[in-house]
Amino acid sequence: MSFDYDKYIRPGKLPHIWCPGCGHGIVMKGLIRAMDTLNLKKENTAIVSGIGCASRLPGYIDCCTLHTAHGRAAAFATGVKLAKPEMNVILCGGDGDGTAIGGNHFIHACRRNIDMTYIIMNNYIYGMTGGQFSPATPTGHKASTTPYGNPDPCFDIAKLAIGAGATFVARGTAFHANQIDKLIVEAIQHKGFSVVEILDDCPTTYGRRNKYKSVIEMMNRLKEVAVPVKAAEKMTAEQLQGKVLTGVLYKDETKPEYTAEYAKVIERAKASK
Amino acid sequence: MEKKLPKIEIIEKYCKGCHICVEFCPTKVLEMRGFVVGVKNLEACIKCMQCELRCPDFAIKVSAE
Repeated sequence: MSFDYDKYIRPGKLPHIWCPGCGHGIVMKGLIRAMDTLNLKKENTAIVSGIGCASRLPGYIDCCTLHTAHGRAAAFATGVKLAKPEMNVILCGGDGDGTAIGGNHFIHACRRNIDMTYIIMNNYIYGMTGGQFSPATPTGHKASTTPYGNPDPCFDIAKLAIGAGATFVARGTAFHANQIDKLIVEAIQHKGFSVVEILDDCPTTYGRRNKYKSVIEMMNRLKEVAVPVKAAEKMTAEQLQGKVLTGVLYKDETKPEYTAEYAKVIERAKASK
Repeated sequence: MEKKLPKIEIIEKYCKGCHICVEFCPTKVLEMRGFVVGVKNLEACIKCMQCELRCPDFAIKVSAE
């Protein structure tokens, strides 16, 4: 049976601004299915984003949404969550917004382990501003500001999140569309800071410069590089060369959650008066 | 017994012609008609919903009762 996306979409907002073949639409569908699975109420769900292609996502979804300054989604979302701890706070943004301009906010939100879900759509580039290289652009690949190849080593966003202290880290791809909503459901249910990195494609500014002939070729590349975590256990280091692990990469339920800890601070302050 | 055909609704206003549904349809039901997608061979549809799942533009709805 067909899924009714329309009940979660703001009337009159479609068609969206994303280019033909952009994976952000697939991720948005996954998020809507996840919201439906968990039966999240519109008035009790906040989607916060920064600036960028991926950060246009909250504008289309009919719930509490906040479109903030570049890279500052985590800072604004922390404020929302502390003011209203009962709210489900979901952040979304791209790789540039999350790990370059908002890199500092991102690692500190991870460190605090505040109960939020961050969906990072990693399309390897700054799409909206004209295809400049981002910290996720692979070494040697071309962008508008690195026409002879990017000399920088790139971030592994999932590993960065684990290192910074996030307690749930998962990775999916826009090709594995069925998996996206399952990962997001698990991330929202997890008490603590959850990061879901979704590998995406940007046919307009990244694919064109890096000799991908079509959207289909970019989608098939995602299919080829993705290896599920369980399958990777049986593979040798040589076989895993150039591959990317997908699925739930890290989960820790022992670390205290920030809003609960902060409530204790408020209690202690009241008691000491 | 006559096979009950599914209904494939294409919202042409939303379709950006990215070819994803055409390529990933396992039975090649869809085709490109200029810049938008069209249904070529409805009889072959196996209701796998791949086109609806993968369409980034919310342009395809498959109803299969």
